[in-house]
Amino acid sequence: MPILEIKNISKAYGSYRVFDGLTLDVEEHQVVCLIGASGCGKSTLLRCINGLEPIGSGEILIHSDRVSGPGVDVNALRRDVGIVFQSYNLFPHMTVMENITLAPRKVLNQHAKDAEVQARHLLERIGLGQKANVYPDSLSGGQQQRVAIVRALAMGPMIMLLDEITSALDPELVSEVLNIVRDLAADGMTMVLATHEMGFAREVATKVCFLAEGKVYEEGPPEQIFNEPQGERTQAFLKRIVAAGRL
Amino acid sequence: MTMAHEINKERPSGLFPERRAFSSGAAPRDVTGWATTAVITALVLVFAFWATLRRLYGVSLTLGVSEYVLMPAAVILALAVLAILIPAARSVSRARAARQCVSSGKLVNARILTSAASDCAYYTFGFAALLVAVIGFAQFLVANDLAVSRTFLLIPLMWHSFPLVFKAFWLNVYIFVVAEILVLVWGLIVAIARLMPGETARPIRAMATLYTDIFRGMPAIITMYLVGFGLPLSGVPLLGNLSAETYAIIALTLTFGAYVAEVYKAGIESIHWSQVAAARSLGLSYLQTMRYIIVPQAIRRITPPLLNDFIGLQKDTALVNVIGAIDAFNQAKIISSNNFNLSAVTVVAFIFIAITIPQARLVDRMLEKDQRRLRGG
Repeated sequence: MPILEIKNISKAYGSYRVFDGLTLDVEEHQVVCLIGASGCGKSTLLRCINGLEPIGSGEILIHSDRVSGPGVDVNALRRDVGIVFQSYNLFPHMTVMENITLAPRKVLNQHAKDAEVQARHLLERIGLGQKANVYPDSLSGGQQQRVAIVRALAMGPMIMLLDEITSALDPELVSEVLNIVRDLAADGMTMVLATHEMGFAREVATKVCFLAEGKVYEEGPPEQIFNEPQGERTQAFLKRIVAAGRL
Repeated sequence: MTMAHEINKERPSGLFPERRAFSSGAAPRDVTGWATTAVITALVLVFAFWATLRRLYGVSLTLGVSEYVLMPAAVILALAVLAILIPAARSVSRARAARQCVSSGKLVNARILTSAASDCAYYTFGFAALLVAVIGFAQFLVANDLAVSRTFLLIPLMWHSFPLVFKAFWLNVYIFVVAEILVLVWGLIVAIARLMPGETARPIRAMATLYTDIFRGMPAIITMYLVGFGLPLSGVPLLGNLSAETYAIIALTLTFGAYVAEVYKAGIESIHWSQVAAARSLGLSYLQTMRYIIVPQAIRRITPPLLNDFIGLQKDTALVNVIGAIDAFNQAKIISSNNFNLSAVTVVAFIFIAITIPQARLVDRMLEKDQRRLRGG
């Protein structure tokens, strides 16, 4: 039984059809990597799952419960589905600690003390225990992104959506962020990643989906997608990735 | 080591133009003309200043200022103005030296000296402009046998009216302090109403927009007049029987609430949408997002324009005189008509300037800090 089902969704921006009958299932503890050309809808798909953008038709189910369309309690949905953005989006006027504890306190009504204990524990685990009381602008990009991941984790989500979380980072900072994702995968967190890090996708994914033509054009285990891609467009895409020295 | 790329001289790629001569190698232009003009200007202004000083000296003596104070002050001023000759003279000497360097072929030295000479000349012209303004103002004060000074700056009258005017100024302070607090709250409510999302909030948005359109468009003095005379005339319960200063507070809150709502709105809209996305994605509601994420960040950004609007509000408290409250301006007008002299009104002007200047400088400082942060960030 998949934890997340995306059933035949369509979405258009004006005359441009981002999704045209896209279908995707995610099982519990699976790590699904979305790959594809720029503008193919990887990020939009994650934002639709999280209810940050509406879909045109079709439906999205979590635990067989419909979470798209009118009447859905999006705030409740977002308690269970965490998202991390490419540009971190930390709150610049709050310390690291306040960034992490805000939602647990205001949305889950946790006591400030409990929220802080939990946040401190998470920060220690990612090696940023010293940074609890600093403001985001004094952190490196990699550190900010790690805090952003912790901020999402503090809500205790069932599914994590990671939207190109290393694309804005300097190359030497990428690994510190990917290590956390590796740990999460090892702990059994269900994750959907939009990514350009093909090497990482190959290593960590249980399933790789190539998005094109508004659909999941091709999907399969990483060895199959990267070594023996079947579809014409998948082959062309991977050829360009190899030509750019990224795989 | 080998050259990575051979330059292909026979078949250029056409991506950049043919080489031409290095054009910044020429001799600098001659600036002795400018330097001479600077000296002449400086001399003319020194003599004009001395003449004005002499006139002021004579007038001050007739007004009964002690000679023991006047003489040293006049001498110091007369000598101080000679300072303008220093950059002028420097400009000439540098320009001459530059000319010599050109003729002996020391082009780099010539350029340095020319640049110094023209800097000195420009400095002289700037100084001269300041002197022209000072001389003009002094001549205006003593014109027509001191008529201007006697009308606006009659020292004894200013001295005697100050306590009365200053006491009345507390009414202005009371009005603007209360109005500023109300405006801060009211403006935020209007701004949030204007920015409510979704189809269902359309009537609320329309109402808020209509309000800001009306009160931004209406002159404050008319709002003051309509509220101050209209509400008592209408005899509405609760609103029909208030003091003039309360009506002033209502009128100013209505007017400046509209301005400040615009400032808030601009501030809120200036916060990048990704902050909303991040907050909403954590499960915060729209109002929680506004309360904890957007408004706190917006307030930091809008403090300078907000202070600007407050300076405007403080000045507009003087409009309360149209509905008859005795504020500083009204008090000064009474004194003025009793004495047939405007010096008491000048006192009000000074008081207003004295309280707004520090705020204006504070705004400048904050804006500068903001700019530095943005450039640095």
